[in-house]
Amino acid sequence: MKIANRKVTAERLVRDALEKARHFADYNIFTFLNEEGAIKKAREIDARIAKGEKVGRLAGVPYALKDNFLSTEGQTTAAAHILEGFVSPVTATAVEKLEREGAIMIGRTNMDAFAHGSSTESSYYGPTLNAHDRERVAGGSSGGSAVAVALDIVEFATGTDTGGSIRQPASFNGVYGLKPTYGTISRYGVVAMASSTDCIGFFTKTPDDMNLLMEIANGQDPKDLTTLPDYYDESEAKKIKKIGIIKDFDNTSVDSEIRNALVSKVELARSKGYEVVEIEMPALKYALAAYYIIVPAEVASNLSRYDGVRYGFRAKDTKDLDALYKNTRGEGFMPENKRRIMVGNFVLSSGFYDAYFLKAAKARTLIVKEYEKAFEKCDVLLSPVTPNPAFKLGEKTNDPVAMYLEDAMTVPLNLAGVPGLTIPAGKTKDGVALGLQLIGPRRSDKSLIEFSKELV
Amino acid sequence: MDINREDIKHLADLSDFALPESEIDVLGRNLQDIIGYISQLEELDTDNIEPTYQVFEMENVWREDEIKSQDASREQLLALTKEEKDHQIKVPKVL
Repeated sequence: MKIANRKVTAERLVRDALEKARHFADYNIFTFLNEEGAIKKAREIDARIAKGEKVGRLAGVPYALKDNFLSTEGQTTAAAHILEGFVSPVTATAVEKLEREGAIMIGRTNMDAFAHGSSTESSYYGPTLNAHDRERVAGGSSGGSAVAVALDIVEFATGTDTGGSIRQPASFNGVYGLKPTYGTISRYGVVAMASSTDCIGFFTKTPDDMNLLMEIANGQDPKDLTTLPDYYDESEAKKIKKIGIIKDFDNTSVDSEIRNALVSKVELARSKGYEVVEIEMPALKYALAAYYIIVPAEVASNLSRYDGVRYGFRAKDTKDLDALYKNTRGEGFMPENKRRIMVGNFVLSSGFYDAYFLKAAKARTLIVKEYEKAFEKCDVLLSPVTPNPAFKLGEKTNDPVAMYLEDAMTVPLNLAGVPGLTIPAGKTKDGVALGLQLIGPRRSDKSLIEFSKELV
Repeated sequence: MDINREDIKHLADLSDFALPESEIDVLGRNLQDIIGYISQLEELDTDNIEPTYQVFEMENVWREDEIKSQDASREQLLALTKEEKDHQIKVPKVL
């Protein structure tokens, strides 16, 4: 990242980033701009550098924070009305690690409320616009973060990926986006969506920046007992030689320009001596249905804590405690939050549990096994991120299933816990950004990042 | 399966939402579509397959059973509520 050469001051970098953020205000990227806090921190870093003190690997690097990461700077709302006014007294482990290295948060980014969505249209604060086409969606749920990096406002941004919420907006805006192996980065202090699939990750402009951020952010955290000791298992690492292409991946047909982008990367890989094999993964077509059972079930449980009593929004003039809960939740959640909570309570309710939740958990086993088998035949999978490029604003907001279908190729990784890296893959003839994803076995994150340089 | 208005009211109740009449029909149609979609799992043969509930490869991560200082103080946490009295969170009557 450009701070490393120290030819500019941290204050200059932060002021430039804030200036760009204001310039692009109509893209609705930020829910909060950290004007005073960021400049104060930048001055502190400049003073330390002037004194010859050692500073961190991200000293003075401006970054954008998805609004579901808790920190003491600004409200943490997860772009949801029900968290309005919540200023956290605690800081997420990931944020602590970045800031310990000197990174400076210049703003909190817009998202689908509680990360429920694939377009950043389901935000209490309105949609974020696509970086390259203002009539199209930013993707989601980490739409603001993807656009902040794509428009070069910041060097990097944080995201969360429960079913594609990093990889899909990265693809829609033409930047790198990594969903690490499940458990690589601590989830402590990040607003929970579905605890068995939630992953913390990043948006960057280069693979090297991604690797640096992973080196900084990974590791075991006593505050999140589902954290792995490292992000890369040297003992199991294989040199990538064989690339797998998934045969008949989809239950939706893939856009021809995305297919062409895939073919051209395959040809590039072949020309560099990589072997390419076709892999059959028939269970993947059930991943989306399994995902939209398992994740709403976990959502219903995780979101039961929002009751208006302890923090955030509280409905006014309620006659008793029950009405306080019901009105707060009725007014405080977006329609998509309500749909997911209700579907979750449906699939968990007596009489339906076996047919839905248990069935989906068994399907999950088949999906996990299918990836294990695939990685016996290849070292990495190369696949589309989505069936279609970024769609028009408003095109799918009234049809939840149509919106869900856009997640068909991202959700299987979350169910299996394997890492996925979105790489930029050119643009459509209309100038809409395209991306592809590299998928590897558990704890192969570093291999994916390294290998992505071969496909530029 | 068919989702009717009573089902929607019941699910809203389980979810602790006040649901205005105006939202019931739209939510009903949405949930009908979603449940229709996820029901395709019926086709998948899962006989003799064990369920998977988590994909974290480590088990039994132990820690010492000792009290550690918390990241936020009682005062900081109480400051987050809308109404506080005598170090207690105030809510409308329960019964």
